[in-house]
Amino acid sequence: MSEPIKDLELVNVTKRYGATVAVDAINHHFKPGTYTCLLGPSGCGKSSTLRMIAGHESISDGSILLGAHDISDLPPAKRGTAMMFQNYALFPHLSVTENVAFSLKMKGVDSKTRRAAANEMLELVDLTELSDRLPDQLSGGQQQRVALARALITRPQVLLLDEPLSALDPFLRIRMRAELRKLQQELGISFLHVTHGQDEALALADEIVVMNNAVIEQAGPAREVFNAPKTEFVARFMGGHNVIALPDGHFAIRSDAVGLTTVEAGKLEASVTAVEYQGTHVSVTARTVGDQDVTALMADSLFFEQPKTPGDRVGLSWDPNDLHALAS
Amino acid sequence: MRHKTLSGWLMAMPLTLVLVFFLVLPIIMIVIVSFWRATEFSIIPDFDFENYEFLFGSNVTYRVFLNTFKYAAITWALTLAIGFTIAYFLAFHVRTLTWQIALFLLCTIPFWTSNIIRMISWIPFLGRNGIANSTLISWGVVGEPVDWLLFSDFAVILAFVHLYTLFMVVPIFNTMMRIDKSLIEAARDAGANGAQILWNVIIPLTKPGIMIGTIFVVTLVMGDFITVRFMSGSQSANVGRLISNDIALLAYPSAAATAVVLLLTVLIVIGLMLRFVDIRKEL
Repeated sequence: MSEPIKDLELVNVTKRYGATVAVDAINHHFKPGTYTCLLGPSGCGKSSTLRMIAGHESISDGSILLGAHDISDLPPAKRGTAMMFQNYALFPHLSVTENVAFSLKMKGVDSKTRRAAANEMLELVDLTELSDRLPDQLSGGQQQRVALARALITRPQVLLLDEPLSALDPFLRIRMRAELRKLQQELGISFLHVTHGQDEALALADEIVVMNNAVIEQAGPAREVFNAPKTEFVARFMGGHNVIALPDGHFAIRSDAVGLTTVEAGKLEASVTAVEYQGTHVSVTARTVGDQDVTALMADSLFFEQPKTPGDRVGLSWDPNDLHALAS
Repeated sequence: MRHKTLSGWLMAMPLTLVLVFFLVLPIIMIVIVSFWRATEFSIIPDFDFENYEFLFGSNVTYRVFLNTFKYAAITWALTLAIGFTIAYFLAFHVRTLTWQIALFLLCTIPFWTSNIIRMISWIPFLGRNGIANSTLISWGVVGEPVDWLLFSDFAVILAFVHLYTLFMVVPIFNTMMRIDKSLIEAARDAGANGAQILWNVIIPLTKPGIMIGTIFVVTLVMGDFITVRFMSGSQSANVGRLISNDIALLAYPSAAATAVVLLLTVLIVIGLMLRFVDIRKEL
């Protein structure tokens, strides 16, 4: 970590399995020292992309650059990346310390030095007391930290995380993602995190790369991707948006930017089909004359000033600035 | 509650009875007979250590036991090397499950015929004028037929390896198939090369399978007598042959005593092996 942090770049990276294209000539530049989430539904190519960067999958076409070096053909350990596996892939026959020190042992580092280095890493993830346990004797969260320590001990430039939180229960997931974020900021290296959960991506990422059907649909800062989806897929996948077909094209609008008013004052006429109380907010779903479902998310106080019930005729209103034109 | 206990016992009963009648009772019988006395023409129920005294007092016993251990050790080493390699190839190099199953079944084809037929089929191959010798002579490797191919320790061990390698392949393959492939990737990610992955990840995780295969092979070889008799041309002996000779002479008490000692020896060997490797996870 003493050397300057390098940036990762994908150039026309393609992965083909026989006739199927899993990743189709994607290009992306990952800024150094950032937390990036590769987001997409299963089968979109995000895991293949990560595995190609890690070197566990060969590249059919294109190249991967780290700093000024083409790492496409290097073995995984020589790339300056380290991978944390989905199910952690801890060696069941080795203790926590031995797991963490594994890569040093492979390099031929002597036992005393590697124990010291492993302990340092275990301190970082706060697991020093459990260093003699076997992986089976640890909880899911603890196993994950061991996996993190094992990946970080190689001093990678880029840490690759393959759905790291999917094996945890929801409560632990939220805690571990905060820890991941904190760790990334402490270390200052790049984290590249594959996930299919948009809430996870929004909570963690500096930058979100949304993939679908083997290509990148949209990439940008989390807020930008959420606020201004460029395609219908991104708008729907990120959630919290309505996709409305208007005479001059398709538009995305955030649910909380849609207001309810009288039929005369509204831009679209609709009838309420469902009302869902969500605590701080109330979600009102209405069907427009053109049979489109639109959801309006409003503060509960606002809703209860003029409560609506299913069947009510309402007008939908919004500020034209909140509409984002979608590429068709 | 009482009813439940009763039905539990009843359900366990058939297997218990089978084991008691066909395993426990015969062993008890053998132990009892081993203390009897025998003369040339009669067997006398007794409680006498004569058989054991004779057994432990004879030089032949030690030589034969040593020979049995030698067969077991060499066969074990060879079946392990071959079995591990085959299982490794099947589990880690064959990509698709279909091919894995197909190749695995291929390994079992020799088992479609009996042990003895497989063993005897070596005889025309290895004999003085057999295929092996004539091929070697026609290639000019040797000038005249090689004698040690048949009716020798070489032939015995060759037959053992041929007969029992599959007993090594099956449990090792089974254990290897359970190794999570991402562990191999994780090891590679940590910079391990092929040999390091084998030594640090695959072998430690395959130990229980190796141990089960070892128990199969060692017990089979130590209990065998027919292979040794056929393939050594009655020129070598192991404990099994000692017992079969006694039986042929109707010296049942002496045979029983030898059998008891052999049984205890095998149990001690297995007990020692189990101290090193925990196979419970495999069962």
